[in-house]
Amino acid sequence: MTAMTLVEAVRTALARAMAEDPTVLVLGEDVGKDGGVFRATEGLLERFGPERVLDTPLSEALFVGLAVGLGAQGFKPVVEFQFDGFSYPAIDQLVNHAGRLRARTRGRLSCPMVVRFPYGGGVRAPEHHSESPEAFFAHIPGVRTVIPSSPARAYGLLLAAIRDPDPVVFLEPKRIYRAVREEVVDDGRALPLDRCFVLREGRDLTLVAWGAMIPVALQASAELAKEGVSVEVIDIATLKPLDCATLLDSVAKTGRCVIVHEAPPSFGPGAEIAAVLASEGLFSLLAPVLRVTAFDVPTPLPRLEELFLPALADVLEACRRAMAHR
Amino acid sequence: MVEVASFRIERIQYLRADGTLAAPLPPWAEDGEELVRLYRAMVLTRAYDTKAVNLQRTGRLGTVASSLGQEAVAVGTAAAMRPQDVLLPSFREQGAMLYRGVRIEELLTFWGGDERGSNWSGPREDFPVCIPVGTHAPHAAGVATAFKLRREPRVAVCMLGDGATSKGDVYEAWNLAGVWRLPMVTVVNNNQWAISVPRSAQTAAATLAQKAIACGMPGVQVDGNDVIAVREVVGRMIERARAGEGPAIVEAVTYRLSDHTTADDARRYRDDAEVSAHWKEEPIARLRTFLTARGLWDKDKEEQLLAWCAREVESAVEAYLARAPAPATDMIDYVFAELPAPMRAQRAELVRRVARRAEGAER
Ligand SMILES: Cc1ncc(C[n+]2csc(CCOP(=O)(O)OP(=O)(O)O)c2C)c(N)n1
Ligand SMILES: [Mg+2]
Repeated sequence: MTAMTLVEAVRTALARAMAEDPTVLVLGEDVGKDGGVFRATEGLLERFGPERVLDTPLSEALFVGLAVGLGAQGFKPVVEFQFDGFSYPAIDQLVNHAGRLRARTRGRLSCPMVVRFPYGGGVRAPEHHSESPEAFFAHIPGVRTVIPSSPARAYGLLLAAIRDPDPVVFLEPKRIYRAVREEVVDDGRALPLDRCFVLREGRDLTLVAWGAMIPVALQASAELAKEGVSVEVIDIATLKPLDCATLLDSVAKTGRCVIVHEAPPSFGPGAEIAAVLASEGLFSLLAPVLRVTAFDVPTPLPRLEELFLPALADVLEACRRAMAHR
Repeated sequence: MVEVASFRIERIQYLRADGTLAAPLPPWAEDGEELVRLYRAMVLTRAYDTKAVNLQRTGRLGTVASSLGQEAVAVGTAAAMRPQDVLLPSFREQGAMLYRGVRIEELLTFWGGDERGSNWSGPREDFPVCIPVGTHAPHAAGVATAFKLRREPRVAVCMLGDGATSKGDVYEAWNLAGVWRLPMVTVVNNNQWAISVPRSAQTAAATLAQKAIACGMPGVQVDGNDVIAVREVVGRMIERARAGEGPAIVEAVTYRLSDHTTADDARRYRDDAEVSAHWKEEPIARLRTFLTARGLWDKDKEEQLLAWCAREVESAVEAYLARAPAPATDMIDYVFAELPAPMRAQRAELVRRVARRAEGAER
C-alpha cells in the first residue's frame, strides 16, 4: 500500500493497465518525454517505449479519430487531452463515430478507448482551462462518462474504463489532483462502472456530487452533523449511464436531495438527476430537489472564479433550505 | 531565401476518352482477363446504382448517392488493394465495396435504412460508409497506425471527395500520416462537385493532390475516368506504403454525372451542357472501345454481361425486400458490448412501445 495523490493513482493505473495488456496505448500531446502537463503519464515512455506511448501532433479531433481506427483494429488507446477547454473538437468523433461504431455495424466493429482529461476550476488557471463540460459528454449515446473523486476511485475506475470494451470519457478533477493522499493498493482491482458510491450514510438528506465537489460535500455533511442533520453523500462517479437505483434508494430513505456541480445549471447533469427523482421518486420527497451549481455564463477568469464555483457556504445554505421542509 | 518545395503535379492517363492509348500499358494491363474483370465490375456498379435510384424513386429505398460516371475510381482503387488491406469509404464508393466482397443485398439493406447492412459477411475489417464528410480520415490513420505497430504489411485506403479536402480533420490525418510514415493511401475522388459547390470554390490550390506536399508525402493526379490509370497509380502508392515508404494521396479527376443524391436536383446549379460534355469522358464506354479494339469484347459478351448484371441485381433486390425486419431491441442491444444495468429500464420501455404500437395497429 502506498499513499498516493489522485494524479499518481491515475499514473499507477495507466502503468498497471499497460503492463497487463500489450494492446493498451497512451496517446496525446506531450505524453511522452514530458510525461503530460500534469505528469499523469510520467515514466510510461521509459517503461513501455515509444510504440506504446505516442506523442501526437496537436489535434484533439485527430487523436480521438485515430483511437477509433486503433480500437477497431484491436488496440485499446488511452487518449489524453491537456485541458477541458480543448476537448470540444473531439465531440464530433465521439458522437459521430466512437459512440456508434458498434451499433451501426451491429457488432462487427467496435472501438474501445478511454479519453481522459483534467477538468474543472479552482486552480486559478488561464481562460479555457477551468471548464466543466461533463454534460456534453454525458449526452452522447454509446459513450460512458466517468469522474473519480479520490485517488482510490481514480485507480479503480480508470482500470475499469481501460478494460471496458466500449468508449469511456474519463474526467479528472484537476483541483484535487494533488489535494490529498490516500492509501491505494496497486492490486489491479477495478471498481464497477455504471454505479454510484455512497460515501457516507445518512437519514435526513441526500447530497449528490462528483469530482472536486465531493470534498465540499463531505465537509458540508460534517458541518451539518453538528447541527444534528444526518447527510448521505453520494459520489455519482459514473455520470453516464446513471445509476438511478442507488439515487432513488437513498432519497426513498432521506426524502431530500441537494445536487452540487461545477457546471452551469441549464440542461446540466443536475437537471437529469432531478428529473429522475421527479419521475420516479416524487412521493418519497419531503422537500424540493435543489441544485447548487455554477451560473449560465462562460467560466470567468480567476478573479471571479471563486464566486462562479459552488463552495461550502452555498451547499450548507441549500441543505438547510431543504431541511426546513418537514 | 531557401527553396523548400517546388513541384509539378503529374497527371497520369493510359486510356484516352476515345478509347485509344495515351501511353504504353503497365504490364498487368496486358492481361486481357484482368481488364475484362475491371470492366465487368464497373458495369455491375452502374447496374446497381441505376437500380438503387429506381428503388428510391418508387419508395423502396432511402436516399442514395449514385456513382454514375465515377465507377473507375471505385473499381480501380479496390482492384489495387489486397484482401487484407482495409477500405474506409465515403458514401459514394459502392463500386469499391462491391469489388471487395460486400454484397448488393447488403448495400440495399443499409440504404434501405437497416444497420444490418453494415454487418456484412465480406471484408470484415473494412469500415462502414462514412456520412459526416471526411471524418473517417483519422480512422484510416488509426487503422494504418495499428498495421505499423504490428508490423503487418497492410495498407489503410481512405476514399473521400473533393469537398472533404476542405476539412480540417482530413488535413490532420494526412499530417499525422506524414509524420508517422503511415501505410495510408487516400484516394480523393474529385468529381468536381460537393453538392452544388464546384471544385473551384473549395480551394484556391491548383490541384487537390498538391496538398500532399505540405504533409511530406507524394501527391499524384490520375485520370479518374481511366480505370487502368487508377488501378496502376493507386496500386503503386499502396505497394509503396506496404513497403514502409509512407502515405500518399491520389487525386482521381472525374465527374459526377448524376445528381448529388436522389434528394438533389443538380439542374438547379449546373448546366445540362456541362453534364453532356462530360458524358463523352465517362469510364465504361472508353474501356469498352479499347477492349473491343483489342478483340477482348464484342456485342454478345456485352449482352450476356448486361443480362447477368440484371439477374444479380434483381435477385439481390428480392432478397433485400424479403428480409424479415430486425427486432427493435437491436437498437439498444448493440450500443454497448453488454447492456449496462441502468439502461435496462429503457430497453423495457422500448419493448412496451413495440407492443403498444402493435396494439394500435390492430385496432
Ligand atoms: C461534415 C459534413 N458536412 C456536410 C454534409 C452534407 N453533405 C453530404 S455530401 C456533401 C458534399 C460532399 O462533397 P464531396 O466531398 O466532394 O463528395 P461527393 O458528394 O462529391 O462524393 C455535403 C455537404 C456532410 N455529410 N458532412
Ligand atoms: Mg465531390
